[in-house]
Amino acid sequence: MGWRGGGGACGGGPAGGGMRLRRVGSRNKRVDQRNLEYFLQQLINGLTLGGIYGLIAIGYTMVYGIIGMINFAHGEIYMIGAFIALIAFLVLGLVGVTWVPLALLIVLVVAMVLTAFYGWVLERVAYRPLRGAPRLSALISAIGMSIFLQNYVQLAQGARVKPLAPVIPGGFSLLEVDGFIVQLSYLQVIIIVLTTALMAGFSLIINRTSLGRAQRACAQDMKMASLIGIDVDRTISTTFVIGAALAAVAGMMVTLYYGVIDFYIGFLAGIKAFTAAVLGGIGSLPGAMLGGVLIGLIEVFWSAYFTIEYKDVAAFSILVLVLIFRPTGLLGRPEVEKV
Amino acid sequence: MPGSAATGSASPIVATLKESAVAALVAAVLAVPLLGLQTVQEPGGLTLHTRWTWVGIAVGAVFLGRLLLNVAIAAISQRRAARQQRSATSLGQAVNRYAVSLTAAALLFAVALPFLPFTDRYVLDVSILVLTYIMLGWGLNIVVGLAGLLDLGYVAFYAVGAYSYALFAQNFDLGFWACLPLAGMLAAMFGLLLGFPVLRLRGDYLAIVTLGFGEMIRIILINWQSLTNGSNGITGIPRPTFFGLPFAASAPADTTTFHQFFDISFSPLQRIIFLYYVILVLALITNAFTLRIRRLPVGRAWEALREDETACRSLGINPTNTKLTAFSIGAMFAGFAGSFFATRQGFISPESFVFLESAIILAIVVLGGLGSQIGVVIAAIVLIGGPEIVRQLEEFRMLAFGGLMVLIMIWRPRGLLSYREPTIRLRPRDRRAAVASDAATKALP
Amino acid sequence: MAVEPVPPAEALLVVEHLTMRFGGLIAIDDVSFIANRREITAIIGPNGAGKTTVFNCLTGFYKPSVGRLTLHHPRRGPFLLERMEGFRIPQQAGVARTFQNIRLFSGMSVLENLIVAQHNALMRASAFSLAGLLALGRYRRAERAAVERARHWLDQIGLIDRADWIAGSLPYGDQRRLEIARAMCIEPVLLCLDEPAAGLNPRETADLNRLLLDIRASEGIGILLIEHDMSVVMGISDHVVVLDYGRKIADAAPQEVRNDPHVIRAYLGEDEDEALPPEVLQDLGDTVKGR
Repeated sequence: MGWRGGGGACGGGPAGGGMRLRRVGSRNKRVDQRNLEYFLQQLINGLTLGGIYGLIAIGYTMVYGIIGMINFAHGEIYMIGAFIALIAFLVLGLVGVTWVPLALLIVLVVAMVLTAFYGWVLERVAYRPLRGAPRLSALISAIGMSIFLQNYVQLAQGARVKPLAPVIPGGFSLLEVDGFIVQLSYLQVIIIVLTTALMAGFSLIINRTSLGRAQRACAQDMKMASLIGIDVDRTISTTFVIGAALAAVAGMMVTLYYGVIDFYIGFLAGIKAFTAAVLGGIGSLPGAMLGGVLIGLIEVFWSAYFTIEYKDVAAFSILVLVLIFRPTGLLGRPEVEKV
Repeated sequence: MPGSAATGSASPIVATLKESAVAALVAAVLAVPLLGLQTVQEPGGLTLHTRWTWVGIAVGAVFLGRLLLNVAIAAISQRRAARQQRSATSLGQAVNRYAVSLTAAALLFAVALPFLPFTDRYVLDVSILVLTYIMLGWGLNIVVGLAGLLDLGYVAFYAVGAYSYALFAQNFDLGFWACLPLAGMLAAMFGLLLGFPVLRLRGDYLAIVTLGFGEMIRIILINWQSLTNGSNGITGIPRPTFFGLPFAASAPADTTTFHQFFDISFSPLQRIIFLYYVILVLALITNAFTLRIRRLPVGRAWEALREDETACRSLGINPTNTKLTAFSIGAMFAGFAGSFFATRQGFISPESFVFLESAIILAIVVLGGLGSQIGVVIAAIVLIGGPEIVRQLEEFRMLAFGGLMVLIMIWRPRGLLSYREPTIRLRPRDRRAAVASDAATKALP
Repeated sequence: MAVEPVPPAEALLVVEHLTMRFGGLIAIDDVSFIANRREITAIIGPNGAGKTTVFNCLTGFYKPSVGRLTLHHPRRGPFLLERMEGFRIPQQAGVARTFQNIRLFSGMSVLENLIVAQHNALMRASAFSLAGLLALGRYRRAERAAVERARHWLDQIGLIDRADWIAGSLPYGDQRRLEIARAMCIEPVLLCLDEPAAGLNPRETADLNRLLLDIRASEGIGILLIEHDMSVVMGISDHVVVLDYGRKIADAAPQEVRNDPHVIRAYLGEDEDEALPPEVLQDLGDTVKGR
């Protein structure tokens, strides 16, 4: 039938993370998997990956919280963020900006702004006309948008994976036992610090500012919110813009961290990030972060101690278990059924 | 533009132009980094190539598209501003009014198709593909359209059906007709197993869990090398026989082939035509089953459950069991379709059962109008047949497919046909009166 | 505490020490009462008194924290409702209910709503749809019987001419009556109505009263009624239970309840001990109605 746009490539991107990371550890020596150092290394890797998932998950959780729909194209937004970051790096290289901190800052800003613009247009074109329509229609529109964006990037940038030379090499050697070195790369430090800072910043925005209040009001009752003078359209747009900007950060980090991206990375990362959002309790920002970290840890540890092949199965199984025994996720508020 | 009066009078055209210009500008900003700068792998590493013509084409296309859209919208809204909102319903009613004659005509066409003058191998192949998706759409319509359960992993049951036929045929030397019911049962059993823990979940959670299950089955198919031969897939799956008569140019000594038995000359097209009729019959069985079960207690309970689960419980309907039947019956039809797919292709691999397939089937159901059987047919023809026609534009096909999904949903959020005929009437009235009274019904708040 | 009174032979529903806690909040606090067969029992009380919570416990939507809910089914014997799964309470014990916010299958036709309510009987007749799939005569007969029952109730509520309408397109008052008819189609022995008169105009309220009295007379079942409209409560109920802040403060015939100082205090929040003058009592109903 020939309709499977690169289905085979889904092992790439963050999905391949566990495998790649494992090599870092095991290059040193044939490792006894049970020792503490190996565990520590996996913990660092898992937290890094989890931070990235968490950033994407925030976009899902915010959009779901406010308009109650799965923004299926959010994974593609993240993928676009990764590509824009990659292109920005290359442009800076051509222009001659070589001082790494400055380059990073420029790329970060450019990727966030342009990806946010993509997010804004996405909402404007594919979702706003369907507000008030049956939820399934919006979901189909989102799936359509996801297919569209994926193929757009494939056409524009080609189907092959894009490698990027390491921008920030090196790191700390935390601990060395019997030749096994527990490493914390500078990049991992940056990812974890940046993720935490962004999380804190956005939590602050949601909790303290009028934008956050407007978002919560819209989440509760959109009609009522508009009656008391909240600009619902703008609030929703802003939500998409913030979500896309955060996804762009995640995309940029993935580009740096793994050094390869392709047009297909959005799909699996998107599913996992949504899983993370549900796991943490959809609609809850700390929940998204917690869910992201958990999914990252599960994936990395499963790859490290069991089989890499089934790491995605592990993540989904845990999601199913959580949903069966705690359907509102870990930090979600239980809903009392009103009859 | 100075002078507000002048702006006011010229506003429709100016506003349209302005809007189109803004859209073009937005497109330009979006396209410059991703479309204008292409990353290319070269011996020295990744470099950038510029492609400003592409950006120009994209921007121009957006400008023109927006302009034409505005003009079209203005023309339509002037003519029928009031009717616009209910157009999906009224189109559904119109189709419903002529349902009998339309169905008869379509059936006749479908039965005669292999012998029509323009029919060649390619047309038959596309028709088989479309019919497979129609059958899958009808199967999923039971789950999503009737019972209101959002299943994003439907392709998993399709895979179960395909693999169970392939494995039964390889390991136990069973034929297609023996395996077909087995495959359906196995898929239904998978539906029960998967459904049991998750059907208590609310809509969107159910969606994500079924999506997860779909991916899990695919990953297992890839990695369970000893059983499924991994990503390489299973080859040499036996072709169906005409009640024991194989379609082959020549047969081993002790068997008779189809053309020998009927004493006609061999043509490779015979097998294709046979496959066409097999899938046509399978699809029609699915349809007949759905139409019948809608009028049975179970079917009505499905629809009631979709409308209000709490009310169902207060009437003594067991929600879990009712959902489970819908889920597993839907899975069963996917299993049938899956084993047909396996025998038609002769080769299956996990590649055929990616999420995109689930999305396409769901799109067919939703675009057709939830619960509408004819809608599924139309949507399948548009979505599957349409892109096949423009095959030469291979690269742009999926782009167009995604875009089409968005556009149709925006145009008709409730699907192409969304009229529901009650499953039972107290007084069967003549159709015109019925439609008139339904229109009156709709007019009430 | 006194010895438990032996429930009289006519007792249909016996509620004993029903308590429902949500976290720290006590929504119902040790409530006991009896609802009799062939009687209309009204549960009244100010907003937030826990009336709907009692219903939700009775019909299996909540599991009570403490208490016993016994339903004496005339043919099938006693059922302990608090131990039953939600959907089995209507299915086996024959307890039907309506909802404060109408919950019809609004996309389906009026007739279909009434047929769906007879799901369990039809499922048995169709041998879980297998016989129906083969279009056996037994199922066709069962379906005809179901349509006849639906027709009977449509006659009762005056909607026979709108049987093929979409339920969601009916006017509000018709929807309320349809919901009652739908509940009656499961052939209940106890009918629980959650504010059936809410949002009805006086004429519709009078129709409702007549309908409920008819059901009591002809079906011989018990009716449990939550209502704020005192014209309904005082007009048709045989027996009134008054709740306030989750506690039972009165349990008697309507005339006695209306003069009960506890009840008056609960509604008006006054601290006087003597009974209020009749004019004020007359207003009481209107006050509550206009809530």
